Amino acid sequence: MIHTKFKFFVSVLFIALASFVATPLVNAQGHGDNHNHKGHKHPHNHSGQNHDHKGHGKSNAAHAGNNHGDSHDHPEDGEFDVTGMIMHHLADANEFHVLGDFSIPLPCILYNRDKGKFDMFLSSKFEHGHKTHNGYKLDHGRVKTVDGSNFIDFSITKNVFTMLLASLILCLIFFSVAGAYKRREGQAPKGLQGFLEPLIVFIREDVAKANIGPKYEKFTPYLLTVFFFILICNLLGLIPFFPGSANVTGNIAVTFVLSVFTFLMINLNGNKDYWKHIFWMPGLPIALKPILAVLEFIGIFTKPFALMIRLFANISGGHIIILSLVSLIFIFGKMGTSLAGAAGGIAIAVPFVLFMNVIELFVAFLQAYIFTMLSALFIGLAVEEHDHDHAHAH
Amino acid sequence: MTGLAALGAGLAAVGAGIGIGQIGGKAMEGIARQPEATGDIRTNMIIAAALIEGAALFAIVASLLV
Repeated sequence: MIHTKFKFFVSVLFIALASFVATPLVNAQGHGDNHNHKGHKHPHNHSGQNHDHKGHGKSNAAHAGNNHGDSHDHPEDGEFDVTGMIMHHLADANEFHVLGDFSIPLPCILYNRDKGKFDMFLSSKFEHGHKTHNGYKLDHGRVKTVDGSNFIDFSITKNVFTMLLASLILCLIFFSVAGAYKRREGQAPKGLQGFLEPLIVFIREDVAKANIGPKYEKFTPYLLTVFFFILICNLLGLIPFFPGSANVTGNIAVTFVLSVFTFLMINLNGNKDYWKHIFWMPGLPIALKPILAVLEFIGIFTKPFALMIRLFANISGGHIIILSLVSLIFIFGKMGTSLAGAAGGIAIAVPFVLFMNVIELFVAFLQAYIFTMLSALFIGLAVEEHDHDHAHAH
Repeated sequence: MTGLAALGAGLAAVGAGIGIGQIGGKAMEGIARQPEATGDIRTNMIIAAALIEGAALFAIVASLLV
């Protein structure tokens, strides 16, 4: 009992900590200081080269999602800037924009590598980019140094705050459920415990045990953690106001970290059969084996890469659609000049937005389930024991 | 030239539509043939639909990069 509770707590803590480590990645997206694609100042810098598709895809998509101002036309005055509004909602920020001019500022934690200086202050000191503070400025929503020196950004941004909030919610829920199991041993489950039991049993039975087989217990804590973490983050992203409005799983750095976890789980637990099937697969003529070995080696990386892209694009796409439908109201109302137009916009947009929100609720569950199921499937492939007879063809 | 990116994204949506439509159709046929298997068929249909959507979303992401 204590053992599983401890393991679960460690998993959630691990994800929260690793999300914290991901904040330099998250915050480094879109730094235009050095004009190569790999614009992030990640300490283990593969300077100029990324050897796997995953990293390349991540930095490019990150740039695309966040460097918006250059490639899109700027709207004429009085027109509603749809693209700008959508990007503002999708991208990470150093404050929670609540209503009009009122924002909840979040702490900026910065370490200047060239000067060895550590800085902590609330992002309200930037006054939305109008002032500099301690040699830092806010440029298009990104913190940059005034003199261009190298720095690492550990700020608590919207996404980091929401990830920590999700971890806190998970700990609260699951510690209480675990305690309820201990207290009510042998009795029927009640309340929150009863609500979560079908979900947890579903993941344990139909996802973990079905895909991994006899060794499922080792991986169930990770699968449960990843499922509920993605689910809570998706659901928090659907709530339009503080504390919920952050687009966490639609941030490619976050999904990158999650797929790295799956990648590590698969490959650190792969047994000899797994590696043999990748590099020297039985049942093939020897001439073909090197060719397929290269393909299989690439396949090791493309499978978690697909997991990353799938989750990122589904959640971001859903947010984009909902925001576009809401901006219909403003487009029809021509930025407040036409009330009849706005009313017409409301009549069209509100039912669509409701419908899309219901679909996004379904997608939140589905994407969490798909990520978990595919992770379980890949882990199962890596750890399964074949009973080998050398006549089997693959 | 960025209009081509939107066109590419639209084509990806067409591809996804065809794929998921096929899956849905075959799933309907399967359920019609054996209504007891509805639960299993539904689960597998949803999984296949999410995988197809993943492929279509690769194309969307690629068009967003333009």
